[in-house]
Amino acid sequence: MSSQPRSTRYRIRFKKTAGMRFTGTLDLQRTLERTMRRASLDVAYTQGFNPRPRLSLGAALPLGLVSDCELADIWLEGAGEPGRVLDGLRRAEPPGLEFLELEPVPDEEPSLQKLITAAEYRAEMDPDGADGEIQDRVEALVGKESLPRERRGKAYDLRPLIDSLEVETDSADSMVLRMRLASREGATGRPDEVLLALGLDPLAARICRTRLFLSTPTHSG
Amino acid sequence: MTSADIDRELERLLPRVQKPGRYTGGELNQTTKDWRRVLTRVAMIFPDVYDLGMANLGLAILYDIVNRQPDMLAERVFSPWPDMEGAMRQAGVPAFSLETRHPLDEFDILAFSLPYETLYTNLLNMLDLGGVPIEAADRTRDDPLVIAGGHAVLNPEPMAAFVDAFAVGEGEEVILDIVRCHQEWKGSGRPRLELLRSLAGIWGVYVPSLYDIDYFEDGTISQVSAGFPEARMPVVKRIVPKLPPPLTRFIVPYIDVTHNRIPIEIMRGCTRGCRFCQAGMITRPVRERPVLEIVEAIEEALARTGFEEVGLLSLSSSDYDEVLELVRQVSDRFAGRHVGLSLPSLRIETFSVELMDLLEAQSHRGGFTLAPEAATERMREIINKPVTTEQLLDTAREIFRHGWHAIKLYFMIGHPSETLDDVRAIADLCREVRAIGRDEIGGRAKVTAGVSTFVPKPHTPFQWVPCDSFEQIRAKQALLKRELRGPGLKLNWTNPRETQLEAWLSRGDRRMGNVILEAWRRGARFDAWTEHHDHEAWMQAFAAARLEPEFYTHRERPIDEVLPWDHIDAAVSKRFLTEDYLWSLEGRTRVDCRERCFACGILPKFVELRRMHPGDGWECPEVRSPSRMREDVIPLVPA
Repeated sequence: MSSQPRSTRYRIRFKKTAGMRFTGTLDLQRTLERTMRRASLDVAYTQGFNPRPRLSLGAALPLGLVSDCELADIWLEGAGEPGRVLDGLRRAEPPGLEFLELEPVPDEEPSLQKLITAAEYRAEMDPDGADGEIQDRVEALVGKESLPRERRGKAYDLRPLIDSLEVETDSADSMVLRMRLASREGATGRPDEVLLALGLDPLAARICRTRLFLSTPTHSG
Repeated sequence: MTSADIDRELERLLPRVQKPGRYTGGELNQTTKDWRRVLTRVAMIFPDVYDLGMANLGLAILYDIVNRQPDMLAERVFSPWPDMEGAMRQAGVPAFSLETRHPLDEFDILAFSLPYETLYTNLLNMLDLGGVPIEAADRTRDDPLVIAGGHAVLNPEPMAAFVDAFAVGEGEEVILDIVRCHQEWKGSGRPRLELLRSLAGIWGVYVPSLYDIDYFEDGTISQVSAGFPEARMPVVKRIVPKLPPPLTRFIVPYIDVTHNRIPIEIMRGCTRGCRFCQAGMITRPVRERPVLEIVEAIEEALARTGFEEVGLLSLSSSDYDEVLELVRQVSDRFAGRHVGLSLPSLRIETFSVELMDLLEAQSHRGGFTLAPEAATERMREIINKPVTTEQLLDTAREIFRHGWHAIKLYFMIGHPSETLDDVRAIADLCREVRAIGRDEIGGRAKVTAGVSTFVPKPHTPFQWVPCDSFEQIRAKQALLKRELRGPGLKLNWTNPRETQLEAWLSRGDRRMGNVILEAWRRGARFDAWTEHHDHEAWMQAFAAARLEPEFYTHRERPIDEVLPWDHIDAAVSKRFLTEDYLWSLEGRTRVDCRERCFACGILPKFVELRRMHPGDGWECPEVRSPSRMREDVIPLVPA
């Protein structure tokens, strides 16, 4: 009783759109599991007491955000055909998810959680009517050496988590900020915290994750 | 507010509330239609939070049936959780449907699902949130028609002031009859009363405003009379003679809800005759679905939803004629596909363990549930659930031997003539089961006792019986808490205040409506949720309505009293219920009526339907006598 069927690891890139804005990470996981079942994919299961489909997400997306660039790794039994797998997923797609690409990935690669280093966000808000003020605030923030903050009762410094922050648009019609934030275990910057630090209301912003950065050059998002 | 306005407000509100996924709609398998292209819009409302409502099979079935018709649509509405309700009221956002965010008052028909009574204040709250007059008498032609169905409406009187028409019994056919009746009236310009009178002509529909209730000085009912010719006396419940194929197109929630599984009803009704059980009495006759139909439905539902669990549901699954064949086919077909299959409500016998073994081929992950209900022979005979202690212990031993670590035992306290000794026996029995478990598998063995409190329900042989007093229940629960302590033992019990409320509402008459209204005005909502249950509000409501709570729950009612639900006919005759009640006083049991028919009243009432649908699908005996169409027999629905 020895040979396990070889399972193949695939990385899916997908959009999380308005319909699933309010679906958190655990629920996203469940939604992906169900999608794979509807697609009749030959999903590999974990061993042990409560086998679950092998599925790995990285860099949890905060609730309320949409994304153009989410990643998930799945494992399928045997060697599948990426084109057919992607087609199957697309047919089984629930409203709110749009599957973009699928490619095989070496099984030995570290987990997505470990590979992802940073994330880029785009935050759009109603114009504040104050001419050029947001540019000043951004410059002031970026100019600081440290930004002591508190998250869930623990103190941390937000500044080193901000790789870049700039005003993309500041017009009569809209205000758009772009930021690239660290996204590693134990060191994750959140876009709502950056907005708060700028004196803006994160709940009034429409935020989209636009890019994920991975440490392995061949598989960046 | 228009749906576009509501859209905009939700953008602002949703990020600020708990579990916003409750309010977004847009899930897979949802049906949306163009409002301008249909004649009738029906809101299907489960008056509790989304997480619970999405598990309600009745609502899902009716949603599907209505949406299949090209000239009507159905959309879902659930009660917003208090945090969201507060935000909505502050922002002026009315109750809205998930599919298209239309406000409640723009629908033609509001169809409430009422599986149990503690949802009543939520129904009033929903009408209020929707801008619809709470009292039926205040509604005009422009207001939606408010209907309600579900097990609770077998005694509709407490809600008579708030609901225009009740659909008593099974909804699959009557829902379309009601919509067609509404369509016929809608364009006519005729007054609302005429709609109500037409509805009363439909088999299974009860329109309370067409009836008058007179009372004696002592508060009991002297008579219920029909005030209009259309009003039938009694109103006979609706049944479908043959169960249609099971629903397979389930909406897949985005968020975690109470039941993440496909519910497939294998059988309706029950032949066991347990005396405390309202569901068993009111869902008769027993009609089964064929094995093949069930297996194919599971396949289709899995393909459409991707759910990982399937529940095969009925009131007593061991009684399903071909239960072994069903389990064999289902486990064969779905083995190795990582589908969790559950078959609850199995009889307490070792054969059930074999069935579960087959079904849960991979591993016995959950606990194994049995429902002995009583722990002494005397009580078992009174309630007519004569499972012996030996049977229970033998079954428990097999369960532990076959790899389960945990057993859940359901009991009920508060039955007529129950003593503390009977209750102590529950604890003793649980400890014996634990001892067996320890014998078989050591310290890992766990026994959980789920002890609910009996409420004598309408249309059961116990409907005349008084409830146990609050103090008695407390004492019994205290005993169990003391005795069921220690490793491997756990006790779950029901809050006695919630039981009191359930008792008032299920046994109430039309005057209870005032109590419900007053309680709602004082903030009563989500009464089934312990953290929101407001006993004080209800006590004040009784005082404001000048009624005594004990009148409804603690009187032993004489056999000849006119009960508030007598004019609703569940087709199990009062003669049969009376006889069974008297038998219970003697401790006389009745066998499963598959073994011999006791003429409970179902067959004579539905004789023509049975004649048209002979064979194994029904458990009632065949009808062999020649057809004699009689006045008092329910005629076939005219073509």
